[in-house]
Amino acid sequence: MDNKSLIGVQQLNVHIGNQHILKDINIDIPDKKVTSIIGPSGCGKTTLLKTFNRLLDNSADVKITGEVLVDGENIYAQGAEVTHIRQKMGLLSQRPYPLPMSIYDNVAYGPRIHGIRKKHDLDELVEKQLKATGLWEEVKDRLHASATRLSIGQQQRLCLARGLAVGPEIILGDESTSALDPVSTHIIEDLFVQLKEKYTIVLVTHILRQAARVSDNIIFIYMGKIVEMGPTHEVLHNPKEELTKQYVKGFIT
Amino acid sequence: MKRRKYEELFFRVLMVLATVFVAGSFFLIVGTIFYKGAPYMTLDMITKTPGGGFYIGKEGGILNAIIGSIYVAGGATVLGLLISIPVAIYINMYMGGKTFLANTLRMAFDVLFGIPSIVYGAFGFLIMVYFGLRASLLGGIIAVTLLVIPILVRTLDEVIRTVPFELRDAALSLGATRWETAKVVLRQIRPGIFTAILLSFGRAIGDVASVLFTAGFSDNIPTSLHEPAATLPLAIFFQLSSPVEEVQGRGYASALVLTIIVLIITVLSEIFIRNFFKHKI
Repeated sequence: MDNKSLIGVQQLNVHIGNQHILKDINIDIPDKKVTSIIGPSGCGKTTLLKTFNRLLDNSADVKITGEVLVDGENIYAQGAEVTHIRQKMGLLSQRPYPLPMSIYDNVAYGPRIHGIRKKHDLDELVEKQLKATGLWEEVKDRLHASATRLSIGQQQRLCLARGLAVGPEIILGDESTSALDPVSTHIIEDLFVQLKEKYTIVLVTHILRQAARVSDNIIFIYMGKIVEMGPTHEVLHNPKEELTKQYVKGFIT
Repeated sequence: MKRRKYEELFFRVLMVLATVFVAGSFFLIVGTIFYKGAPYMTLDMITKTPGGGFYIGKEGGILNAIIGSIYVAGGATVLGLLISIPVAIYINMYMGGKTFLANTLRMAFDVLFGIPSIVYGAFGFLIMVYFGLRASLLGGIIAVTLLVIPILVRTLDEVIRTVPFELRDAALSLGATRWETAKVVLRQIRPGIFTAILLSFGRAIGDVASVLFTAGFSDNIPTSLHEPAATLPLAIFFQLSSPVEEVQGRGYASALVLTIIVLIITVLSEIFIRNFFKHKI
């Protein structure tokens, strides 16, 4: 990986309270690919994901050292504009959390706060992103109904459309399918595979089969350290480290 | 074995007696007000201001006090809300919510919550003296605002804390500033804000000590903030201290009016609280 990638992490250490959550993390996330971060619960994978868009800023007692480079800019440097950094990334959380407004306004929320006011432009954007997430046909007749009326799978796709509407380059998924039924899970996974044409995607998942289905690369984290990373097939079928072998054993058998 | 059975029976009887006593007092209080006040409850009572000789039993009503109380409680709630919403937002969304400073502030508001309302009345009176105000609608509103701010802040604080962190993260990750995120949170808790308004209004309308020195009393409906304003609790007090039977009866009727207003507010806020927690994700 010689060419500069969109997200690079150098010597990242994260402490929360007196716990050392992430230890000496160094990675380059390949562009326009799906990268899965796997590992057991509490290993720090979600924390790592949250360092990418500085969502840890609001938690008390967090100490972060090292660098996270997005587009070559250290997002933890003094004077880094946090709202601008977050605009480059769409986050899809564990459960869908639609904003307390209509379907249309959910998608239009991001563009609006970033200065798009013209109704015509917003209409176009909303339609485009709802189509990109396959929701348009299902909701086009009730765009102004409350977003909480949608099924949970539809809500998750709405949240994805909402994230895409701010024009990010990166999509972050934090166990984005863990609250969904198998059909909705399948739809979201397919979307990730389609979207990697245009976006760099980083997923946190504890489902190895999901990592195998959608990702090009895998990063395995254990106790806050990167144990192994590489192409999906390599890590799952031919792991080099003993810890990785242990962890993926359940997947192979 | 027998001893345990008697013990069970003894405490059970004790609990039943205590419950009956409490429930009984509730019905006794409401019943007394109703029994004594209902005969004097005429349409005039709630549609007319006191006429000449009202306090010796001649005609008129307590519209001045009803309107005065609504002005004072309404004004205080609006003013209190304008101060409390920023405080609750600041504690939860700018100070980190669970930090030492945030918790200290919460405790301070809990202490203020427990301070007797006469202290707020006295404090409000001092402020009025300092600014050279006389007993007036404005003075009453200031004192009662001080009284309801702790109620509003703590209620809003509790409600904001029910909003999942992920919703804030969702807004933040779209590039929203903290204030823009706060606006999303405020939208989410709209029913909760309404509950806080009702709780505050209910407390404000029934409080007597805070308006005792500050709002004054008048037989007219106030037409400006600088005129004194009658309030229901004081109207009840004045009428009940009269030796004239007719006036005393009207005192009970006034108490009935106040009780009904508070009852409606309590029931409404109960409904809102229930709806709020039902629709929470």
